[in-house]
Amino acid sequence: MSFVPIRVGFFLAIRQIKHASLWTTILIMFVMTLTFLNLVVINGVLVGLMQGAVTAEKNKYTGDLIISNLNQKAYIENTSGILNILNGLPQVSLLSGRYLAGGTVESGYKTKTRDSDVTESAGGVIAGIDPVKENNFSGIGGLMIEGSYLAPDDYDKILLGADLLYKYTPIDTPGLKNLKTAGVGSLVRLHIGSTTREVLIKGIVKSKVGELDQRIFMVDSQLRSIIGRDDLNLNEISVVLKPGVDPLFVKNILVKNGFDQGAKIQTYLEAQPKFLKDIAQTFSLLGNMLGSIGLVVASITIFIVIFVNAITRRKFIGILKGIGIDSRAIEYSYIFQSIFYALSGTGLGVLFLYGFLVPYVNAHPINFPFSDGIIYVTVAGTSIRVIILLITTVVAGYIPARIIVKRNTLDAILGR
Amino acid sequence: MIEIKNLIKTYHDGKVETPVLKDINFSIEDGEFVAIMGRSGAGKSTLLYQISLLDHPSSGDIIIDGVNATDLSSDDRTKYRLHKLGYVFQDYALLPDLTALENVALPLIMQGKTTEHAYSVAKKALDRVNLGHRPGNLPSQLSGGEQQRVSVARAIAHKPKILFADEPTANLDTESSRVVIDLFKELHKEGQTIIMVTHEEEYGKMTERTIRLSDGKVVEDRKNR
Repeated sequence: MSFVPIRVGFFLAIRQIKHASLWTTILIMFVMTLTFLNLVVINGVLVGLMQGAVTAEKNKYTGDLIISNLNQKAYIENTSGILNILNGLPQVSLLSGRYLAGGTVESGYKTKTRDSDVTESAGGVIAGIDPVKENNFSGIGGLMIEGSYLAPDDYDKILLGADLLYKYTPIDTPGLKNLKTAGVGSLVRLHIGSTTREVLIKGIVKSKVGELDQRIFMVDSQLRSIIGRDDLNLNEISVVLKPGVDPLFVKNILVKNGFDQGAKIQTYLEAQPKFLKDIAQTFSLLGNMLGSIGLVVASITIFIVIFVNAITRRKFIGILKGIGIDSRAIEYSYIFQSIFYALSGTGLGVLFLYGFLVPYVNAHPINFPFSDGIIYVTVAGTSIRVIILLITTVVAGYIPARIIVKRNTLDAILGR
Repeated sequence: MIEIKNLIKTYHDGKVETPVLKDINFSIEDGEFVAIMGRSGAGKSTLLYQISLLDHPSSGDIIIDGVNATDLSSDDRTKYRLHKLGYVFQDYALLPDLTALENVALPLIMQGKTTEHAYSVAKKALDRVNLGHRPGNLPSQLSGGEQQRVSVARAIAHKPKILFADEPTANLDTESSRVVIDLFKELHKEGQTIIMVTHEEEYGKMTERTIRLSDGKVVEDRKNR
């Protein structure tokens, strides 16, 4: 195969681009940049929306690894053995343990004047936490949207997840109960089993993690006394590992020590709710579909640009063929022009994406109702989209060039 | 040597047939400077396009150095034009994005020569037409006469076997026309075969031989000196 036509095609393309209208070139590059961003960012936002939820679930709830009690057990068996192992592992960065109990919180009982008056209540999981450790792990203290966070010596004080209050989750369905009148500073009754305590709502937590926003938090020592737990067996341990450590590595250590017999040990991915995974896949599919439309628009744009360019230069294409320039060289010149437009457009897009958009949105996540959305892009995913855009553009540029080049040489020269 | 045998060209437009060339026969020896003349519509440009392999005749043979050009494939015709033929068109036919030097060098690069070598040969060709001092000018920065001289430089740079010129002076003033014709005469003296279509008797007389067409037929074929 001779490389001469490629060389001549490149020679012609460079000069055509150099002498093309600056505004036309800018316009085409702008269209390609927008197409690239459409292809990457729409998908990135849709996946990032769910990635935000996944990241929040990991950072605020599960950690890299979460150990919980088996369904048929009331607590994690041999908690102290697990904690000893974890505390001795250099890969472990932080731990936060929680005691859990089912219960309800009731309000409106003080204004009740008759027995038939109905009070309002909301059910949830009551989590007994070490306020310092939990805050170190999840930064929960910064998630207060009202009131203030628990202090280690707080007694008869609770934090309510935002989903338990109508004010923050204005949903009124038969299956969901929430409190309409209670708020920070309200005294409410906490029912756990047969025990009832009057407690003060100290603050409201909104984490955008469903599991946490439906919880009631109190200091672990008090919950233990309420539920009569005299051992130190926990219900949940969230483990944060040092950067770069594979959660499976630590999980396997625990499994090898037999702790999986008395506890459920899951990596954050394994612990993800299925709906999160399903929605992430659905959004990714949706993003690809929307991106494909953008791709079609871009290919039509390039087709029209190259077609109009080739039509207006039909006479010169005829002259080139007339003086003996190989048709392939002329076609290559249009392919190189298409590649130039695609590469410069996507190049600008990549610069804008990684130089501004992604860092900016990471620093200022998009405030979606159920997650702090980021733009989720990977180098591999971006590279694949650049290649797809490049191939589409090359084909879209080649076809019109081929149509024009195939026309009769003399007719082209004479403008017939 | 070029032999034209029973050459017929008929254009078809739907059911309408327009015969333009009607059984043309002649031959041209190597090194001849031939003018094809005739009134407008006589078929002279059409004849040039057939001989120069820019068009396909309806029937007949064009034999150049024993090779029947009508048997060549489209790709082979393109290669033949690149290596053996040179063209000067009425409207110069330069590529507007290429400088004078690049316009001349392009066919040489297509022949597989290195860019440096092609530029060196192209520069000599421009020197030959007295434009060696303006290699970097785009066609739009040159006068009509200068553009036609660049076109001549492009046509002769690769030392073609035959130089074809289609009304090369039609768009030029008298002085520029004279320069171009003088260039052709010089090239002819050096042995270049030139076939030129012109409707200007003055320039026709400066050639070695005139083939006159009328209504698609050769009505005169004479030596000028």
